[in-house]
Amino acid sequence: MTWRSPLAVVRDALSGQRAREKDLRNLVSNLPYEGLDRAKQPNRYFPGNAIKTTKYTVLLFIPMNLFEQFHRLANIYFVGLAILNFVPVVNAFQPEVALIPICVILSLTALKDAWEDFRRYQSDRKLNNTPCFIYSRREKQFMERRWKDVRVGDFVKVVCNEIVPADLLLLHTSDPASVCHIETANLDGETNLKQRRVVPSLCISDPELEPESFNSIVVCEKPDDNLNHFKCYVEKPDKEKVGAGIESLLLRGCTVRNTDHAVGFVVYAGHETKSMLNNHGPRYKRSKLERRLNTDVIFCVILLFVMCLVGAVGHFVWLQSLPSVPPYLVPHSAGLLDSPGLSGFYMFFTLIILLQVLIPISLYVSIELVKIGQIFFITNDIDLYDEETDSSMQCKALNITEDLGQIEYIFSDKTGTLTENKMVFRRCSIMGTEYPHKENAIRLTVLDEHESEEEVIFNQRPLPPRAGWTLDPEDTNPERKQHQPGSQRKSKVSGNAQRDAAFSSPLETEVIPDRKLLQQISGAECGGWQIDPYLDFFLALAICNTVVVSMATAQRQRVNWLSHSSQRNTPLDTLSNLVKRAGSFRHIFTSWQHTPKQSRTLSEDSVIEEDHFNPPVKTEGAGDTNGLQTCSLQTPSQCDKPAATSNKLSYEAESPDEAALVYAAKAYGFTLLARTHDSVTVRLPSGQDLEFEVLDTLAFDSNRKRMSILVRHPITRECVLYTKGADYAIMELLGTPYAEHFSGSQKNIASDTQHHLDCYAKEGLRTLCITKKVVCDEAYESWSVNRQRALAAMENREELIMETAVQLETNLSLLGATGVEDRLQESVPDTIVALREAGIQVWVLTGDKPETAVNIGYACRLLEEEDLVINMSCNNKRTCTSILDCTLEEVRRYNEDPRNVDTTPDISLVIDGRTLTMALASDLQDRFVDLAKRCRSVLCCRVTPLQKSWVVKVVREKLKVMTLAVGDGANDVNMIQAADIGIGISGQEGMQAVMASDFAISHFKHLKRLLLVHGHWCHTRLANMIIYFFYKNVAYVNLLFWYQFFCGFSGTAMIDYWLMIFFNLFFTSVPPIMFGIMDKDVSAEMLMGVPELYRTGQGAGEYTFSTFWVSILDAFYQSLVCFFVPYLAYQDSDIDVFTFGTPLNTISLFTILLHLSIEIKAWTLVHWVIMLGSVALYFIVTLAYSAICVTCNPPSNPYWILQSQMADPMFYLICIITTVVALLPRYMFHVLRNSISPSPLMQARHLDRLVPSSRDQWIKEWRTFRGGGHVKRSGLSTPTSPTLDTPVDIYPQSPTASDIT
Amino acid sequence: MVKQEKEFVNRPDNTAFTQQRLPAWQPMLSAGIIIPGFVLIGLAFIGIGVALFVTSQSIQVLEVDYTGVEQSSPCFKCSDPDVKNCVCKMEFNIDSLFKGPVFFYYGLSNYFQNYRGYGVSKDPNQLSGDLDSFKVPSDSCAPYEYVGKTPIVPCGSVANSMFNDSFKLYQIVSGAKIQVTLDGKGIAWWTDYNVKYRNPSVTPLKNAFNGTVKPTFWSKPAYELDPTDPANNGFINQDFLVWMRRAALPNFRKLYRRITEGDYAKGLPAGNYSLEIAYNYPVLSFDGRKKVVLSNVSWMGGKNEFLGIAYLVIGSMCVVMSIVMLIVYAKFKFPEEE
Repeated sequence: MTWRSPLAVVRDALSGQRAREKDLRNLVSNLPYEGLDRAKQPNRYFPGNAIKTTKYTVLLFIPMNLFEQFHRLANIYFVGLAILNFVPVVNAFQPEVALIPICVILSLTALKDAWEDFRRYQSDRKLNNTPCFIYSRREKQFMERRWKDVRVGDFVKVVCNEIVPADLLLLHTSDPASVCHIETANLDGETNLKQRRVVPSLCISDPELEPESFNSIVVCEKPDDNLNHFKCYVEKPDKEKVGAGIESLLLRGCTVRNTDHAVGFVVYAGHETKSMLNNHGPRYKRSKLERRLNTDVIFCVILLFVMCLVGAVGHFVWLQSLPSVPPYLVPHSAGLLDSPGLSGFYMFFTLIILLQVLIPISLYVSIELVKIGQIFFITNDIDLYDEETDSSMQCKALNITEDLGQIEYIFSDKTGTLTENKMVFRRCSIMGTEYPHKENAIRLTVLDEHESEEEVIFNQRPLPPRAGWTLDPEDTNPERKQHQPGSQRKSKVSGNAQRDAAFSSPLETEVIPDRKLLQQISGAECGGWQIDPYLDFFLALAICNTVVVSMATAQRQRVNWLSHSSQRNTPLDTLSNLVKRAGSFRHIFTSWQHTPKQSRTLSEDSVIEEDHFNPPVKTEGAGDTNGLQTCSLQTPSQCDKPAATSNKLSYEAESPDEAALVYAAKAYGFTLLARTHDSVTVRLPSGQDLEFEVLDTLAFDSNRKRMSILVRHPITRECVLYTKGADYAIMELLGTPYAEHFSGSQKNIASDTQHHLDCYAKEGLRTLCITKKVVCDEAYESWSVNRQRALAAMENREELIMETAVQLETNLSLLGATGVEDRLQESVPDTIVALREAGIQVWVLTGDKPETAVNIGYACRLLEEEDLVINMSCNNKRTCTSILDCTLEEVRRYNEDPRNVDTTPDISLVIDGRTLTMALASDLQDRFVDLAKRCRSVLCCRVTPLQKSWVVKVVREKLKVMTLAVGDGANDVNMIQAADIGIGISGQEGMQAVMASDFAISHFKHLKRLLLVHGHWCHTRLANMIIYFFYKNVAYVNLLFWYQFFCGFSGTAMIDYWLMIFFNLFFTSVPPIMFGIMDKDVSAEMLMGVPELYRTGQGAGEYTFSTFWVSILDAFYQSLVCFFVPYLAYQDSDIDVFTFGTPLNTISLFTILLHLSIEIKAWTLVHWVIMLGSVALYFIVTLAYSAICVTCNPPSNPYWILQSQMADPMFYLICIITTVVALLPRYMFHVLRNSISPSPLMQARHLDRLVPSSRDQWIKEWRTFRGGGHVKRSGLSTPTSPTLDTPVDIYPQSPTASDIT
Repeated sequence: MVKQEKEFVNRPDNTAFTQQRLPAWQPMLSAGIIIPGFVLIGLAFIGIGVALFVTSQSIQVLEVDYTGVEQSSPCFKCSDPDVKNCVCKMEFNIDSLFKGPVFFYYGLSNYFQNYRGYGVSKDPNQLSGDLDSFKVPSDSCAPYEYVGKTPIVPCGSVANSMFNDSFKLYQIVSGAKIQVTLDGKGIAWWTDYNVKYRNPSVTPLKNAFNGTVKPTFWSKPAYELDPTDPANNGFINQDFLVWMRRAALPNFRKLYRRITEGDYAKGLPAGNYSLEIAYNYPVLSFDGRKKVVLSNVSWMGGKNEFLGIAYLVIGSMCVVMSIVMLIVYAKFKFPEEE
């Protein structure tokens, strides 16, 4: 590098800073500057693509790590004490020795940090050295370089299945339609393919991109972390500006699929890429227990001060009382004694050093270890493992496991959480006529109830030859038939595993058409079909969506574990994993080519196989993933030839509703064949392929709650706008009736459809309205200009785009409505009932209509038939206030009604979003919360994501309760983050919820086990462990304290300091950790069987003020015994200091360990090994130390002391009696409490010991005896109070959950 | 099947450990179960208690306080710190045979050998015969480290304050005094005598102490502690070793001699005895008392009734508890315990 003046360097640095801070960045191609030195590079201010996620550097590791660690108050405290020990007048030990514990703790933590950092360094290095292709001007082609060589302004080529190295503005793709498919699983876990398109009017015509000719300027924003937002424009040399957005950006970490290659211009690199900006690392939350713990640590500090003060005053008084200077008082070097006052003052600090262990130094480290262990067990629970998706439970927050045991309120999303979010088309209404699809309904019931009968059903159908379940055409082995039930079941399983990608489960893909409707369509086809509402309806279903079609032949190669491992890791890890696995993919494929085909079931594997073994043109009827559809599509007019091609189609939708509708359309012969950015191809029942030119897509947003697509009809050349959306969002936009010649007026259709919609909602179906609008060309032209302007705008682009969308979506003509079923997940009702029995209030917050929500509420037993359901819905604040007051009054009266005294108030509240907003206003908040508190369940409908989090926050803060939010979609993210514990369900709607959550599960039913079993265990374990830890330290340290009364409060320790350190670090540290990880008070079966047991953990739980102080008092008692029994036994004898201390140390060890044994509820082999091992370790280490250390640690000289003690029978006699006396009260207390008034947990433990059959019997009897759960009442409850139900017409700002994707 | 495993990569191991299903012993602390245990423990404790108590009772102890604070005491004149080389005699009487071997202790009260500053004040390297530490004693010895610039050996407060009264015991048989042979060997810990404390390997021992001074309170240097026996001289002098092993509690006794040789090895017969005390050690500065203790020992060491009583009390408590438990059990037993 050439020399530059410092001034220039500074100036350069400053301008670099400015360039990075500027809101807009001007980027130009690097190519003209290739080979020039750095100072001449135009993009030199922007960081390169090399990433560094390590926290430390090799040289600065020690200072930086220490700096990090000293952010912990406890570490500062202990270092402070160690330093204090270097002050000669106050030191209690040799200065160096006092450093040992803190050094051990610090170095252990440093080692852990170093290891983690090293792992990060390794993954960084791997990532940085991943190969990629960068265009080089010198070589005139794309050269293989490393990721770290990529700079802003470079041209990078990405080939199929490769990971994008930096944020690229897409300039060119191999696809003739200029689109590039990407999979963003690494970023947000969404596995459906997304389309990215080349920046419009750039390089499209070129068959091969010529990067050197790129001389435009790319103007983009400052980087931000929003994955779904990007704005830039490309300024061509002729000053023409072309806008581009997120749809042209390939994000770092995405994988290119189905596209041979793509070339992009690097806009952000390295740490400025969106994926890196999103990489925040693990979440840190503080658990309730830990907050309590901190107050108790403060109590300990106070206790320590009191004890030290006692010592200091004692020392003063003792010195004062001496008549003159005794020979044992050592003057300091000047030969003078300090005054008693000063000595007492010094003694205070000496005692703080001596008794410092009272503040448990190892507690925090131990808690971390315990939580790691607990998380290990939670994630390894096979009952929380989902075979379908091959995903086990994931813990993202590492330090709130015990909060799981204290939950009092659960806020649940509905769609995808309670329900499967696997949409099944159920019914539709077209032009005011309802088509109930009875056959389809029957099929679903059968499928649902008898999964095993699937085979029978399908076998009854006239199957095309070989279109069975198996893939191998040559497979005619009769044995095969017998395997079918199993393999078929498996196929369903693996099909579901792939559901994001390919909806291959027959349940979702298959629709049996309604016979009447089929006739209508065929009738319509005979007539002029262009204006037939039926055809329009199905065309709209097929077109108006964002479903991506991927051909079976182009099916992506994906193996399950890839996507799941990515959910678990940070994006960074994922990237490195992917890189790692890219290699293994290749390996898998090549190895498969050599292995003979095994009988393989229908699964995605077979798809891969197909790709690699079969020629792209397949023989007709050879079954593939969608072979099933062949049999279900009974459309008479459908000819065989095209059917075969259409079978290979696989639809990938961001929202399951869309896919369900597309499949429904397909069932009626309207097959979506292909979708590119500007064209949609649909095959009609007649077999004719129609290619619609897509003029624009007005994407869905949660404000409009609808989406539209504007196409040019290939035959009529009309501009047609198809809109689908939530009924309330559509109904107000209806304009002209459908067609003039059509009989019946629009008004009737609208009201009929509304009627059907209401029916659908009552059935629990999700509804959508479908409309059409013909836009005249002039209107389109003028609108289009606005639209383009909006798209290129840098400021307020979103608002402008939305405005243009709203402009167009007026005067719609209603075609009809659809009802899509979202079925309840497995064992949701059981789970909800169990959670409620566990004392948890369950709230459901949904974006759905009240009718749908209430219906689902009943279905999942959130609402019971005999519940009193209060329906709150009002339009203005005043009515809202009065309703709230009335209801509250009524509920109070209801509760006070003597008839209801001994039953739980089964009141449920149903409230809609608009009322909720009013009820949550600051003045009504208290009343609302008061009301909600009295309700057993609350159902909030039509709430926005923000409202969800608001509700959670209000309840959490007003009632001071532990809250848990569970959801699966992006709309639940706010709620998940607002609650004490956020749980994400890795379901259909991508991974945002999971990413934001603390724990991720795959089904709602797992919540039961997670809370009732693991929550309970984690909580009791940790609470008991912490209490024990406090006890242990107090009991041990107090020995030293009592000794002060016999050594003139001079800070003498009668135990060798090394042994004291060992005592805390080795002899007694592992048992409590093991206790915290492995103790099991009640078996999992019992906890699941008797949910009421969960109540023990709620509120303060096991760790309360009283338990803490009782254990501290017990510690005082035990230490008194441990000190004074040996004292009385040895008094007036010739015992020396350390010979006296050794039995004390031994007794404490036994007392402390046996105390733990009383607390341990279940002794496994591990317990025995650790407990006995600790005792053995104590004796071995102490004996060895006493044998080796002759003069090593002055002033203490433990040489041969334990040996001589162990040769003395008195030692054993003293140990035995002291231990017994120390533990007797606690033991007796436990025994008497367990015998006289056993806690529910104790009773459960008794039941646990019974053989399973009689245990179940007992559980039943016990539960009825306790009156828990569901004692049914009859005749007391009144249904909805009609006075409170104010009809509501419009809901301007509440979305349907279904629409938020 | 390899493929099968691939499909369920994330499936947790289904082992008893990971699923927390390890076979476990679940003790139930309830009345019914602990009764037999309590009875057994109670009886065992009562047994041990009786044995301890009986043993303790059989131990004879005789204490003679010779501090001389009371004017009537023969040692009163010696208690004045200004009086040097004072000798006083204490007479006492033994009623019945004091069974041997008799241990002769001196006892100090209110003497805080366990005072922290005091305990630190010594140099273990010096005491293990390291000649370098003779020249430069450890700082921990301060202020008993140097006199002027000359190092003190043995340095430190512990050595400096060594107990320096000496005793002679006579039986008075019809007016004549018969000296009871006191055996000063083997009164210190074997490890102290053989391992921890070593004289420098210089002969004569005196030469090793060249360039050093004796501790200020001492009347004679360390190499003259017992000129008669080189194996009991310098740092391995038994009295010195006994003193250097600091007492744990402020009221303590230290072994002075044992009566294991000569006519009195079988015990001290009944009769009158005279104790001749070379009274040197000042205790009035801390309100201390000095005494001589004669005691015989058993397997449980010296006389201590506490432990025996404690065992008896706890043993009886356990038995009473088990009766209480029986009542509790009868009233509150779990139905399934039947």
